[in-house]
Amino acid sequence: MNIMALFNALPGACAQGLIWGIMAIGVFITYWILDLADLTVDGTMCTGGAVCIMMMLSGYNVWVSLLAAFLAGMLAGLVTGLLHTAFGIPAILAGILSQLGLYSINLRIMDNKANQAISVDKYSLLVSLRYIKGVPFYRNTLLIALLIIALLIGLLYWFFGTELGCSIRATGSNPNMSRAQGINTDLTKIVGLMLSNGIVAFASGLYAQYQGFADINAGRGAIVIGLAAVIIGQVVFGRIHGNFAFKLLSVAMGGVIYYLVLQVVLWLGLNANDLKLISAMIVAIFLAIPYLKGKHFSKPVKKGGANRA
Amino acid sequence: MLDINRISKTFNRGTVNEKRALSGLDLHLAEGDFVTVIGGNGAGKSTMLNAIAGTWFVDEGSLLIDGTDVTRLPEHRRAAYLGRVFQDPMTGTAASMQIEENLALAARRGKHRNLRKGITSKEREAYREQLKILELGLEDRLTTGVGLLSGGQRQALTLLMATLQKPKLLLLDEHTAALDPKTAAKVLEATDKIVGRDNLTTIMITHNMKDAIHHGNRLVMMHEGHIIYDVSGEEKRKLTVSDLLHKFEEASGGEFANDRMMLA
Repeated sequence: MNIMALFNALPGACAQGLIWGIMAIGVFITYWILDLADLTVDGTMCTGGAVCIMMMLSGYNVWVSLLAAFLAGMLAGLVTGLLHTAFGIPAILAGILSQLGLYSINLRIMDNKANQAISVDKYSLLVSLRYIKGVPFYRNTLLIALLIIALLIGLLYWFFGTELGCSIRATGSNPNMSRAQGINTDLTKIVGLMLSNGIVAFASGLYAQYQGFADINAGRGAIVIGLAAVIIGQVVFGRIHGNFAFKLLSVAMGGVIYYLVLQVVLWLGLNANDLKLISAMIVAIFLAIPYLKGKHFSKPVKKGGANRA
Repeated sequence: MLDINRISKTFNRGTVNEKRALSGLDLHLAEGDFVTVIGGNGAGKSTMLNAIAGTWFVDEGSLLIDGTDVTRLPEHRRAAYLGRVFQDPMTGTAASMQIEENLALAARRGKHRNLRKGITSKEREAYREQLKILELGLEDRLTTGVGLLSGGQRQALTLLMATLQKPKLLLLDEHTAALDPKTAAKVLEATDKIVGRDNLTTIMITHNMKDAIHHGNRLVMMHEGHIIYDVSGEEKRKLTVSDLLHKFEEASGGEFANDRMMLA
């Protein structure tokens, strides 16, 4: 076990973590704000990359391609949203249906191939695993990913402070109250799902560039990694009293921590094929911690119960 | 202000659990009427409020609010006309949001929500003033999360939210039933204050017969999904709890009033 090998791998792990952190911010919108478990993201985490890479291969600019990826993700979110609200299918099942359907669509987008490579030498990519070391700092993937996260957090901070954004937050917090206050909760759920999947697909577009190819399996287990980032962010930074923007930042940092932990686990000699199992275990552990803490380490309630008035 | 024309609603039709919750219910309220509603469990009191609010559509009959037919209007559209306070203090507010954010949501009831600011500094000042009416000190805690408030505080806040924009109709579904007596009295006092100030047309369900007699200008008793007793004015003022119990036995065919009604 060579400690230098670990250190050399860390910048790359950070870059991947940041990109997955963007994806996790998308998951945060459904899981935390809307209180929905949306499994569509397992599909959109591939769709975005497929759209982005295919567009770039056809000669489109990287930003146009990323925008197209974002819009494709929104479309997938719209489908899930309609299945859930207009047709009354439980959110989890609606997401699974979209995800399954997306598999075929993703293949079609990628010209019926399981992956589509893009050469970092021939195309001007925004991020790449080759742009971690030995490039001018303004081309460095770590910096670009950080800038994108900062911009995204700024935009979302503004959006969730608007009337529409507040009504989405209210829908997740208390749907009955929201309807009583005149909020169309079907509409707010759809908007939230679209926004979430748009962000995930955007992250997918970045991730495909980073790896140098779009892959049909890119999204497998994506929801677990996204949730891992959200939950790790909450567990690690939850004690710090911060505003909404800080919460989003902690989600993104959760993604980085996840990838650093993963890197260490790999460095300890575990097989890369065991990654999914390790991912599932990491998420299970982090999900269990708050529950077990509350169950076994809570302070006893004072006699007479809580003061209600 | 409100016309309920012979509405009916049956739940779980065609199953063993079939329940005719409303049957040919008729009720007409004039502007400024404050009617209290009593009746045993399963009499259809809450079902009536849900029918008015549009939680689901009625099977038969029609509902008019201030002359507008709302029978087929979805819940969130009807909300433009209605202020609602629920029995469970957790139902009326968004726990993960701040006091001022909850008020701002209520202030936009019935309005189109777009990308304007969710709350402006001008509003904040107005809310501070409004919260003083409740006499709970909430005016100094605008940015406190609602989840940290007690049941009574949340219920008072919900009442304020329901009336922030003058509703055509205020629906109170046993809104003090889950509170301790002292807090309940305080919330009822605030209710009277606000209803009187804005001359609100109000329906208040209660299990407390004394409250039903002492509040409002009209009292109705429900049984098996419709109204069996309707009294107002001087006659209502003279009512006593034993009058009501007697009335209930008589109307329900000698069946004794259930224990929750006796509690009063």
